[in-house]
Amino acid sequence: MNTPVKTPDSSAAGASAPTAPRTRRVRGARVGGPRSAPYAFLLPAVLLFVAFFALPIGYAVWLSFRKVEVQGLGLGSGGRREVWAGLSNYAGALTDPELLAGALRVLGYGMIVVPTMLGLALLFALMLDADRVAGRRFARLTIFLPYAVPGVIAALLWGFLYLPSVSPLHFALDRLGLPQPDLLGGGALFIALSNIAVWGGTGFNMIVIYTALRAIPPEIYEAARLDGCSQRQIAWRIKIPMVAPSLVLTFFFSVIATLQVFNEPTTLRPLTNNLSTTWSPLMKVYQDAFVRGNIHSAAATAVIIALVTLVLSFGFLRLANSRTRQEESR
Amino acid sequence: MNHRAVAVCTAALVSAVALTGCGGDSGGNGGSSSDASGPITLEYWAWAPGLEQAVALWNEANPDVRVVVKNQAGGDDLVTRVVTAAQAGEAPDLVQAEYQALPTLISNDVLADISDHLEGTGTAEEFSEGLWQQVTLGTDALYAIPQDSGPLMFYYRHDLFEEYGLEVPTTWDEFADTARALRDAAPDRYLTTFSAQDAGLFAGLSQQAGAQWWTTEGESWRVAIDDEPTRRVAEFWGGLVAEDAIHNEPMYTPAWNQALNTGEQIAWVSAVWAPGVLASSAEDTAGQWAVAPLPQWEAGGNATGSWGGSTTAVTNDSDHAEAAAKFAAWINTDPEALATMVREGGIYPAATAAQTGDALAEPPAFFADQPDFYEIAAGVAEGTAPAAWGPNVNVAYSTFNDAFGSAASARSDFGAALAEVQNATVADLERQGFRVAG
Repeated sequence: MNTPVKTPDSSAAGASAPTAPRTRRVRGARVGGPRSAPYAFLLPAVLLFVAFFALPIGYAVWLSFRKVEVQGLGLGSGGRREVWAGLSNYAGALTDPELLAGALRVLGYGMIVVPTMLGLALLFALMLDADRVAGRRFARLTIFLPYAVPGVIAALLWGFLYLPSVSPLHFALDRLGLPQPDLLGGGALFIALSNIAVWGGTGFNMIVIYTALRAIPPEIYEAARLDGCSQRQIAWRIKIPMVAPSLVLTFFFSVIATLQVFNEPTTLRPLTNNLSTTWSPLMKVYQDAFVRGNIHSAAATAVIIALVTLVLSFGFLRLANSRTRQEESR
Repeated sequence: MNHRAVAVCTAALVSAVALTGCGGDSGGNGGSSSDASGPITLEYWAWAPGLEQAVALWNEANPDVRVVVKNQAGGDDLVTRVVTAAQAGEAPDLVQAEYQALPTLISNDVLADISDHLEGTGTAEEFSEGLWQQVTLGTDALYAIPQDSGPLMFYYRHDLFEEYGLEVPTTWDEFADTARALRDAAPDRYLTTFSAQDAGLFAGLSQQAGAQWWTTEGESWRVAIDDEPTRRVAEFWGGLVAEDAIHNEPMYTPAWNQALNTGEQIAWVSAVWAPGVLASSAEDTAGQWAVAPLPQWEAGGNATGSWGGSTTAVTNDSDHAEAAAKFAAWINTDPEALATMVREGGIYPAATAAQTGDALAEPPAFFADQPDFYEIAAGVAEGTAPAAWGPNVNVAYSTFNDAFGSAASARSDFGAALAEVQNATVADLERQGFRVAG
């Protein structure tokens, strides 16, 4: 509570500083009591949150406990009605082997994407932060640029590069007499999909880490250099531990993004026989809701995915927090 | 602080736009609920090109019944939208719906039975029996008027067929032999591909073999996807894929365009609308394609299936069902309206008379060398086998994509994939509460 009080004081003219709180209180009373003002300011945000976040979530949860029941042939009016389903949608979703298979596929995909993307982001950030780097601005922009390309467009572009008969990569391999891999089948498919995410996401994560690196006071480096640290030792012993909070943050974002993977496989799906319509859990939700017309089961699956995401991400955050606290107390 | 303020302002702006958007939309429907005495407005959700020009003709001749076309996302997306709108009681008066979507829309209580409004107008006689059966579902009701149809034909590169000394196949056995002969003569070329992404084509091929995927028995549905005719079709194509006589990659990809354009694939089993697709996918090959009737299961037969095709339907939310039904019948049977849609949108009309009319006298530009293109098409269309659709075609189709996708990629048994489609379709019907026979 200290900072908000301080800010208006310091912004007011220095001489009138002692009287400032009193005038503020008077002015506040005229509007309708000092206690209601913050709520009035909060109101628009709360209204928007309720209308566009809380209500839709509540509606999705409500839907997940309902189902449609059809009578006989189900043709004509009165053929179907909505009834209470209890937990049957959840039971159906949890026992659906396709959802589990999709979760495992996304796990495999995430095991490639997250370490590769964060490793590259950290490496690029450290390289850009090193002394005597020429063309730093240009390099930063170039690495960041793919992040500005919308996911669907990126997937389309990469799709062209993966299809053997239109890909310049396969053309070059063919000319060199090298074997041409099938990038849209088998294990290579995971790499092909991960590649799109890594290409698109590395720049963003690099900027986050790079910003943290720039915030490290130069005195620390000076001290390290006086103690005889090489550039590599500085990176390893000072920079990386100092940007650990940023690494935690980017990891957190990456895990959530991975659990929500949808654009890339959906865009590549028409190009190959090897991507099913329910490749990732979110694709299954989309299939159920908008292709199979079963919004109730889709809502249940969506709630399950949201819960798993919540548990995983907050579990990780707590773990990371307790680690830092332990280290601080040491 | 500043950052957050910007975010809140943006959110407020966005929501304000969204709210006005919604308001505008519901206002648009107001016209149809006005008094019957004044001029009425019918809202028509559709995506077919050239439709607006045909509607303009109607509006000119019928100032009392104005039709407003709202262009929408096509195909399955529109089905979802219409069902959602109908749940809110906000469905438009008229919708464009593909044949296979009709049972889904009917079972969601979206479509009105318009048989009473068109009694004695002779509309039924304007269409072939196979198409009419699809809009009545074999009952006394009438749920839509056929607009266009997509009888399957056999398209091939006549220059390359000549070069390799291939005969145009008239039966599926000959088709298989042609595929093998081409592989021997030119190992880097394929006759065609089996696309696991196009369930509609597979459905059409199965109809030709005599499949009736969904039928009703009293108060129950019978699903016969894994039945003799379809199994024959699946095993035929699966065999060709397994022996690498045809390709196994999906259609409508950049790679497929390339294959058609360079002659890597030299034939395509497709519907009457194929010239439009070829013109954009294989633009370098103009004039090198020819069309022939679809290969037959029995020599000398004239059967074909359909791939695609739409209808015009009236919804239960319409306050002017009779006027809407009259319009639906007019736009799909009036010679001038159909000629406009053929000219502007390149559709193949469902009405029998229009198939031999003046609008189709000229062949499509891409087939300029084949002046009898539409004569052949009309001959093929006569043998269109009836299709039998059910209330969960979407489930069968998406299961088809997955099951046949992995079977095609592994070059494994298509019979197992077909059984999977059957089981998933039946399971979905039962889960929804439909009574299923057998």
